[in-house]
Formats: sequence, structure tokens, C-alpha cells
Amino acid sequence: MKYISEFRQHDLAQQLAQAIAQTVHPDRHYRLMEFCGGHTHAIFRYGVQDLMPANVEFIHGPGCPVCVLPTGRIDNAIQLVEQHNVILCTYADLMRVPATGRNSLLKAKAGGADIRMVYSTQDVLKIARDNPERQVVFFAIGFETTTPPTAVVIKQAQAEGLTNFSVFCNHVLTPAAMQAILDAPVPVAIDAFLGPSHVSSVIGSRPYEIFAEQYDKPIVIAGFEPLDVMQSALMLIRQLNDKRHVVENEYSRAVTRDGNQKAQALTAEVLELRPQFEWRGLGLIPNSALKIKAAYADFDAEQRFDMPAIQASDVKGCECPAILRGAKKPQDCKLLGTVCTPENPMGSCMVSSEGACAAYWSYGRLRNKSAKS
Amino acid sequence: MCLALPAQITKLHPDTGMATASVDGVKVEVSLALVDDVQVGDYVLVHVGYALNKIDEDEAIKTLALFAEAGLMSTP
Ligand code: SF4
Repeated sequence: MKYISEFRQHDLAQQLAQAIAQTVHPDRHYRLMEFCGGHTHAIFRYGVQDLMPANVEFIHGPGCPVCVLPTGRIDNAIQLVEQHNVILCTYADLMRVPATGRNSLLKAKAGGADIRMVYSTQDVLKIARDNPERQVVFFAIGFETTTPPTAVVIKQAQAEGLTNFSVFCNHVLTPAAMQAILDAPVPVAIDAFLGPSHVSSVIGSRPYEIFAEQYDKPIVIAGFEPLDVMQSALMLIRQLNDKRHVVENEYSRAVTRDGNQKAQALTAEVLELRPQFEWRGLGLIPNSALKIKAAYADFDAEQRFDMPAIQASDVKGCECPAILRGAKKPQDCKLLGTVCTPENPMGSCMVSSEGACAAYWSYGRLRNKSAKS
Repeated sequence: MCLALPAQITKLHPDTGMATASVDGVKVEVSLALVDDVQVGDYVLVHVGYALNKIDEDEAIKTLALFAEAGLMSTP
């Protein structure tokens, strides 16, 4: 299929692998953090790591919105349905994320709570229109890619005068998380970043320039297809060899320096920075998430309903927090595959296919097994 | 979660701001609220039911050429 199959060609992958092998300096190690879960998924699914020389290592980053959402926010959402009898709508990815007490949205739904999976924010508006006697809440998560569709429906709901629709907003920001990783008290050793694909198609490549300049880190905005990932790794390796550190854009078919300004403007009209927000694994990060502006307070579930902040603890032994910081790998977790599987996830990193544990469990362990045998 | 798929616009519905698009032969309805000047035949990236961006064909060709160049470098 156009724009997909050309970027998955096997023979080109082999050639890129050879080019990378010829470019790396054998005496050094290259630690490339892929920020996005979408890249993590591609690296495992297409065996990109196997095509890399031994001294090129991918470090999995926190760019999986389901993975970084703290448990307390899921508990909040479950309380909304159970105590306020709302119809809760959300993207499928969130349904199986563990909440406190072995609960999840999926289990709450099985227990009778009115929780509905939607594909698009437009579906939520339709549910609100069709159920005027019920309060309908959209449990919104996602990075900058997924935020503009939330802003669009809030504006639409206001224009239509819908009084039974609100949003529980959990949208988070990529550059703030990148900054938190670089500024961590015990920083993870990272030489360069594969920059986000679709987040960047919205925000552009410009917001990363400050990291390249101030932290001397090469950044290449990379598409999600396997050849994109390999080409981007090659570009990062070349920058590191040449001691350069700039933002380059491999995914130029979808990303410009300024991004989608229409989407940015819509978002800025409806949403504004939260002073701080908690991230699983990264803790409280200043200016790292968005909330609904006062002018749209009627559509803010946190204003409409009593929603006390919930401090929840993760399952004991789950290494998600360290994995999300890049400090550990899925294979470092003792629960992996024994207690924790995609069917029965203990931590968020096992839920979404973009979570490092789920990607490793689905694709990586088979490879390790066959490598050993 | 941030995944977006290339889709070709097959029909515009100007009254609703929506369009019909084809993702690998499968028909989907997408909102055009986030993009300007989309025409039938254009390829867009679709994410959670919204067209996020047009895909730039010239840039795609350039990127494919970069892969081929790396390939040339690797042939002994
Ligand atoms: S394998 Fe499961 S328990 Fe272990 S870190 Fe990953 S999600 Fe947490």
C-alpha cells in the first residue's frame, strides 16, 4: 500500500543495515533513545534491533500515553462512572490499564458500569446528543497528536450548546517529558534521540532545537516504518561520529519545521498548560500537561464533578517506572511473562502494544529464545 | 496511540466538514477540521478519525532515494 509498503522493503533494510555496520566506529557505543512507543513497537515487530551492530542500542522512552498515565487518574475515571452515573467514553487502549485493587475500566464495564470505547471524539459527541438525559464524559489521553481532536469537539459542543458533555483531560506534552529525562537527578545515559513521528507532524521539528543546542544531543525526527527507523538511526550515528548535534528530519513527508499550525491554534484556543502533572515513572513534571481553559469550564469534567486527586501505588515488583525513564528494560522485571502478560497485565507497559513490555513480550522474547537455542 | 495511517481522500462532504477516505481499500469517514485545502486524491495521515496532515509526495520520494543511496554505499 502506498506510503507503507515502500517503507518496509526487506532488501532495502538489509542494505541499510550494511550501511550502518560500515558507519559505526567499533570502539564506541551508541545509545539511541526512541522517545515514542510507536518506534518501540516497530523496532520489536520488525526486528530492527537484530539488524543493528552490537554497539548500537535502543533505549525505550516514555512516549506511550497509556503507559505514563498514573493509576490515580484511572481510579478517578472509574469513580466518575460508579459515583456519578455518567457514560464514560474512551479510546480502547485505556480499557485494560490496571487501576487500584486489580480493577480496570474493562472490569468495571463487565460489572455493569456504562463505559464505551470510541474510535473518534466525534463518536463521543454523537453519544452525548443521543443521550440528553445522561452526563457523558470523554476520558481524554494522548500526546500532541491526539490533543487537537479533543479541542475540536469541545468547541463543537459549545457551538451546539450541549450541556451533558464534558472532558476528563489528561493530555500531555512531549518536549516537557524529554526535558525531564535530560534533567533527571540520575540521568540515563543517552547519546541521541529518535524524535516522534506524528507528535512532530502536529508540533513541528522546531520545539526540539533547544535540546539539540543546550544538551548537545542529536535528534532525528523519524517515521514509524522500519526503514524510517533504520535511516534515522544511520543519520544519528553520522551526527555522533561527526560530533554534530542538530535536529534533522527524516520524516519530511509528514513533518515540517512549524508543524500543523491550524491544529496548534485550535488546541491553544481551548486548552492551556497545567502548572504540573504527574507522570508514571517520571514523577511531577512542571508544565507538562494541558487543562481546559476557563472559557470552556462547562466542558471540564474536573470542574463539573467532584474529583479529588487520588494517590495510588503501583503493583509491587512492577518495573514500569524505571522502564519509562529508560533506566531498565522489560527483561529486568521479574514479573514479566510469569505474573504479568498482555492477557493479565500488572503494569501499564504491558497493556498498549506500544508499551515496552508488551512489545518485548509479543515479539522480542521469541527472538531471544531462538538466539539462545 | 499516536499511530496515524496514510489514507487517500475519495470524497469530500463540505456541509459536514467530513470526507470519505480509503485506507488500504477500507472506507473510513474522517474529519477535516485540522487541515486546509484537501482535495480528492490527496493522501492524508489519519489519526483517531481526523486527517492530521497531507502527505508530501515529493518528500516521500526524496526519503526513498536516501534509502537507495545508503544501499549504494553498502554495496562493496
Ligand atoms: S512486565 Fe509487567 S509488571 Fe513488569 S514492568 Fe512490565 S508491566 Fe510492569
